[in-house]
Amino acid sequence: MTAHELAARLAGRKLSSAELTRSFFERIKKLEERVKAFVTLDETGALAQAAEADRRLKSKEHVTPLTGIPIAVKDNMCTKGLRTTCSSKILTDYHPPYDATVVARLKAAGAVIIGKTNLDEFAMGSSTENSAFQITHNPWNLAAVPGGSSGGSAAAVAAGEAVIALGSDTGGSIRQPAAFCGVVGLKPTYGRVSRYGLVAFASSLDQIGPITRDVTDCALLLNLLAGHDPLDTTSVEAPVPDYRRVLAGGIKKLKVGLISDLMGNGIDREVKAAVKKAADLFARLGAEVIEVSLPTLEYAVATYYLIAPAEASSNLARYDGVKFGYRNKEAKDLISMYYSTRREGFGAEVKRRIMLGTYALSAGYYDAYYLKALKVRTLIKRDFDRAFDRCDALLSPAAPTVAFKTGEKTDDPLSMYLSDIATIPVNLAGLPALSLPCGFSRGLPIGLQIIGRAFDEETILRAAFTYEQNTEWHKAQANV
Amino acid sequence: MANMKHETVIGLEVHAQLLTESKMFCSCPNKFGAPPNTNICPVCTGQPGSLPVTNKKAVELAIKTALALNCRIEPSSVFARKHYFYPDLPKDYQISQYEQPLATGGWLEIEIDGQVKKIGITRVHLEEDAGKLVHVGAARIMGAEESLVDFNRTGTPLMEIVSEPDLRSPREAAAYTETLANLLRYLGVCDAKMEEGSLRCDANLSLRPAGETKFGTKTEVKNMNSFRAIEKALAAEEKRHAEVLAEGGQVVQETRFFDDVTETTSGMRGKEFAHDYRYFPEPDLVPLEPPAKWTEEIKNGIGELPRTVIARYMKEYELSREWADFLVYHELTGCLEGALKIYKTKPFNYARWLIVELPSFIAELNKEAAEKSNINKAKSELPHPWVIEDAAEKAAEDNYKKNIEVSGKSLPKLNLTPAKLAEIEKLIDGGTLSYKIAKTVLFAAIKTGKELAAIIAQQGLTQISDEGELLKVAREVVKNNPRQAEQYKGGKEAVMMFFVGQMMKATKGRANPELAAKMLKQALS
Repeated sequence: MTAHELAARLAGRKLSSAELTRSFFERIKKLEERVKAFVTLDETGALAQAAEADRRLKSKEHVTPLTGIPIAVKDNMCTKGLRTTCSSKILTDYHPPYDATVVARLKAAGAVIIGKTNLDEFAMGSSTENSAFQITHNPWNLAAVPGGSSGGSAAAVAAGEAVIALGSDTGGSIRQPAAFCGVVGLKPTYGRVSRYGLVAFASSLDQIGPITRDVTDCALLLNLLAGHDPLDTTSVEAPVPDYRRVLAGGIKKLKVGLISDLMGNGIDREVKAAVKKAADLFARLGAEVIEVSLPTLEYAVATYYLIAPAEASSNLARYDGVKFGYRNKEAKDLISMYYSTRREGFGAEVKRRIMLGTYALSAGYYDAYYLKALKVRTLIKRDFDRAFDRCDALLSPAAPTVAFKTGEKTDDPLSMYLSDIATIPVNLAGLPALSLPCGFSRGLPIGLQIIGRAFDEETILRAAFTYEQNTEWHKAQANV
Repeated sequence: MANMKHETVIGLEVHAQLLTESKMFCSCPNKFGAPPNTNICPVCTGQPGSLPVTNKKAVELAIKTALALNCRIEPSSVFARKHYFYPDLPKDYQISQYEQPLATGGWLEIEIDGQVKKIGITRVHLEEDAGKLVHVGAARIMGAEESLVDFNRTGTPLMEIVSEPDLRSPREAAAYTETLANLLRYLGVCDAKMEEGSLRCDANLSLRPAGETKFGTKTEVKNMNSFRAIEKALAAEEKRHAEVLAEGGQVVQETRFFDDVTETTSGMRGKEFAHDYRYFPEPDLVPLEPPAKWTEEIKNGIGELPRTVIARYMKEYELSREWADFLVYHELTGCLEGALKIYKTKPFNYARWLIVELPSFIAELNKEAAEKSNINKAKSELPHPWVIEDAAEKAAEDNYKKNIEVSGKSLPKLNLTPAKLAEIEKLIDGGTLSYKIAKTVLFAAIKTGKELAAIIAQQGLTQISDEGELLKVAREVVKNNPRQAEQYKGGKEAVMMFFVGQMMKATKGRANPELAAKMLKQALS
């Protein structure tokens, strides 16, 4: 069931949040062994929050659409006192002294945080196989990956282990797993949602967003997340509409561009067919669908793999064994403590990116790599600007394929990196985009990506809602 | 000396801790002396997920300084991350400014042997301070049994002021730093105490053959904790360079550490600390774009700069250079100007109160405080907030300059209004009070917080100008000092000073000095 359906039952006192929360923990106990979506479960904390939510629901004080709703939070968002690991050995026992702004907002709204979900270590990966603790499985096919890095959150929602979830998206980490798991995932415009308390991977790209079963829940959760936060100066003071209210209204006359560069080589045939069909439906629903080309997209992955690792190499410097997290206690002096702590504390992919990024920022290489990447980033933004001169929204596959098999790409980082080819350009341009189910291939869901203008989540949510209302894909359930 | 053949070139980087309420990027108090790791939060300890937020006041103070240094305020400046691993740096990068600083291209005038010299200012930028390490078993982290870190200082707002390589001697370098420190204090942006580290200075020094325009190889000298240390360290380094060059050797570009005890410099960092800082723009902060209107407001708030005020005081008020300096750098100009507006007398008269009398009164109060066993208790009992921290140490100081220097900002906080100062001068000029009595009255008024009139009435301190009364006293004094009376009559007129003194003693200072002398002459004739 979705949050908006459950909210009605909670408000009508047909169901208590405590009952609901307990039923989720029962389901988790049944399924988790197979899915492995959670790094940490907090049943005690959740039941306490549920009791508080029930009090609010009973007295009708401060009731929000999310009061009493069980939610899963990706384990790279700080939860005060509740361990936050980033699925890394180096933060295994890290208990943050504060709540991320989004977590504080969830708590204030009365949502029930049931646990922290698995991710690729420090959100670096596209399959949730890079976790130091466990591999998460796709509820549609346990032999397949759930995508990543928010694979735990997407799998939890798809498996019915949580009603809704928070993910974070640096190069596709919300949209690609949402696509793989057949749920809705939205990456808001850069600056729409506060990053305060989101453990940074690549600061200029990271955004937190909703992972939900349908577009209405997505809008409800975005309502709560969006808005300026004085603790994050990159969050923007732009007006925040009520996203739920703008869903209806249809897409007549909406100008929609199908990105031809993402419909060619390297994209699975069945994925392309599903996306084409979706575009046709948009046209039938009254939208004006055209083809657009963004020629610089071919450089997006290369650009991303300079900028993101560069920022990551800086953001991850602080895990040095001095203040928090893992420390090699055998080391005899400072330098060897640094070396051994980081060597043992980080996994292979994280180390690979730290090395890439350190190299890109090094004296003598900065101009050729990092600076050049920033320039290409500007060109990619311009390409999007031009496309949005002609269109109100853009369409593409969310990922080039459906979910691949566990272990299939772990030895081939480049092929793994390419699974984000459709999502990465959007992060580089700072735009909002969502993925929603638009078909199946070999029993696995296909994701449609809808990209919008900066701070125009409204249009893509309305387009997605209209599409959803005219299709049945979102009603399919994974049978775990 | 090798100086005969070589020209010394010095450029300075000065770091000034800004006097803000909170830290550079978080709301923790910016305060010195709290117990270790108490003024900390997720941001300044670099907790995962925390983000910086720029302190507006710090930006304001840096802009103020930059304007006073004739710099151009950049319409857009960018924070950058400077990376190096060290335990006192929680994020293992420092947020600083690199390619696009807050302000560029200014100058500061210094004075050497009466000659004014313009020293170029390359840039002024903002950054955050690191924490403090305490080592057990060794002086530095290498070899220590244990090292502890205190993050209270982490994130303290720092302003870096970089000079052009325009300084030509260690003396000029010291003069530059001192002038800059005075300016920062005058502007109220930094208390500029080198000994406490609120002002720190690194120097780049190189030598080149006289007449050469290309720079020689430079070394960076660190750990100079006073103006004197700057001069000594750079003199030592200058000498070392000269010796290396004289022997036909080459100076190695490196960072050197000054040892205050041996007065020598030594290579500071091992190979493991060879740095590539990997600067890149801080993605967590948007560019700093101070609105022109705000900059203008800050500019208007600066008013006259020290050099202008000092020149004016010397010329218009006929004050000495030392006195003008003192008034300006101890923030006493407001009091002086205020008093002059209320009652016009020679500016010298007001300056004398501020420069000579009040510091000695402070010393007196310190002495009193020291005599009480509990210094802190004594401090809290004193009615005014301008008494020095360590009274016992200060009690012995009779030199006002020393006294003031240690007390820092004590004088400006003095509970002395321009109105009181004007009133006391008026009372002296009107003949109501002698200078000596005026002093007693003013000090009592400051100490008790009462009005001058109330003190005068209460203690019956008005001046005695009644000739009959004074003549009586004069006769008594002459009678009691027959030997001196003989000397006077024998032509030794200097003895008159002695009699006036006796008159004052007998009247507890209340005798009008001119009339007293007149009556004494009558009594002696």
